[in-house]
Amino acid sequence: MAPAVLTRLTLTDFRSYEGASLDLDGRPVFLFGDNGAGKTNLLEAVSFLAPGKGLRGAGAGEVGRRMPGEAKGRAWSVAALVAAEGGDLRLGTGVEPDAARRIVRLEGETVQAGRLSEMVRLIWLTPAQDRLFLEGGTERRRFLDRLAFAAEPPHAAAAAAYERAMRERMKLLTDGPDDPLWLAALESRAAAAGAAVASARIRAVRALQVEIDGRADRPFPLASVSLSGDWDDAPDTEARLASTLAAARGRDAAAGRALSGPHRTDLVVIHREKDRPAAECSTGEQKALVLNLVLAQAARLSRAESAPNPILLLDEVAAHLDPERRAALFDEIAALKLQAFLTGVEAALFDGLKGRGSGVRVDRGALRTVED
Amino acid sequence: MASFASPEIERLIALLAKLPGMGPRSARRAALALLKKRDQLLTPLADALTDAAAKVRACSVCGALDAQDPCAVCSDRSRDRALICVVEEVGALWAMERAGAYRGRYQVLGGLLSALDGVGPDNLRIGELVARARDGEVQEVILALPATVDGQTTAHYLAERLADAGVSVTSLARGVPVGGELDWLDDGTIAQALRARRPA
Repeated sequence: MAPAVLTRLTLTDFRSYEGASLDLDGRPVFLFGDNGAGKTNLLEAVSFLAPGKGLRGAGAGEVGRRMPGEAKGRAWSVAALVAAEGGDLRLGTGVEPDAARRIVRLEGETVQAGRLSEMVRLIWLTPAQDRLFLEGGTERRRFLDRLAFAAEPPHAAAAAAYERAMRERMKLLTDGPDDPLWLAALESRAAAAGAAVASARIRAVRALQVEIDGRADRPFPLASVSLSGDWDDAPDTEARLASTLAAARGRDAAAGRALSGPHRTDLVVIHREKDRPAAECSTGEQKALVLNLVLAQAARLSRAESAPNPILLLDEVAAHLDPERRAALFDEIAALKLQAFLTGVEAALFDGLKGRGSGVRVDRGALRTVED
Repeated sequence: MASFASPEIERLIALLAKLPGMGPRSARRAALALLKKRDQLLTPLADALTDAAAKVRACSVCGALDAQDPCAVCSDRSRDRALICVVEEVGALWAMERAGAYRGRYQVLGGLLSALDGVGPDNLRIGELVARARDGEVQEVILALPATVDGQTTAHYLAERLADAGVSVTSLARGVPVGGELDWLDDGTIAQALRARRPA
């Protein structure tokens, strides 16, 4: 498939932007400007070109521009031209006045949000993910599921089916009726979906490990990635999960939640040279580890035939890298020929991209392209 | 909102608005159309509603809706009494009948198992189904339930309940629709069709 490239972005009443537009040539874009200028807001706007809640996890009702004294955000839109064979496609998303739901428009027609993933695939890294290894498992599972979903879109449906069956099971366990056949039926559904979830995750982790191992010459720390728990793609996973759930009914009812199953799986990352868990490494090393995971995923997805090339959104990444790693990051983005949006407070951070990208000064909701 | 219409018209609009697919706006349009076409629409509709309310009942055998009990399908002697097709609602029964490919009888469950919505086996016509399956005449129960979590949980539950009824329990195939093009199918359907492949 042709690489996905945004050629034009137009923001209307989105966060700090009243109206702004940006022409793009497919090369990496570095956004610089003071704190609060709106750099991350622009990345967030791009992130709404994927299904979901964007890179800040915000609801569609939260991102409309709001003047002091206004109770709620205004109707907003993010529109893009996406380069495609036979001309640019018009893609847009936003919220209409007095509506709560985000709508997606393709070539002037309202379409399901899922259609976005046919045209744009995004990989992002934000400062919030710097704490990926320090926080509870939820964030890491989300990161893991994004990895799996990007390579295998049916993963999202399997994960939703698993969660639904498990919620139904908990409802029966806590509120009754105590119907062993009904519970077994739910556990069978949960086991089928859970086995699909577990196997998609382990495939994603294995593919990522291969990718990381193939990148040993880069100046980034190498990670060994694996999954905790014992749910993977072994042939007996589904049967074992069903019998585990059946045996755990009393325990789960007492606890008020399911104590075993793939929803408890965690992504385990070890810094290979130091042979230590990522959480025990220095802050800088952790950032570099996550960045290398994200770049490995980008490299992997950029070779996938069946889906659009990923677009990288890297928020405040350059400032935390030493000059050698920063140069390696820019080389990597250039080599992958991916469209990327990077942010930083100073233009000087991006000197290494000179001639290979374009700079945009962000100043209180205004965007100005500067000569590279 | 200020009321422009008499209470009789307001009541009509309020009731129409409760129909599936209708909202306040479409209910007002429908009410207006009815009132303007008194002879062609309003009176015949009122008669049809009265008639339906008086005569249509759920079939005591299968749960389908009909003016006779047992329903036309259940009392049709030419129907194959060895087959029961299990559907969620009457709408699915009508879809099966439109296809014209099935000559057995039905069981309308009246919903699907859903703990979160408070629908359990006792709220559905499951006991009746099990009793019918055991009557000696029935040889196969075909589960024609939706491919959702609730639909498949219900199918699994029914298969277990019918395990010792001495009937074979089957379910409809899932995969590539007739006349369907592969590149328009979602990934999940393609994966399911691949798993369910069979000798050509």
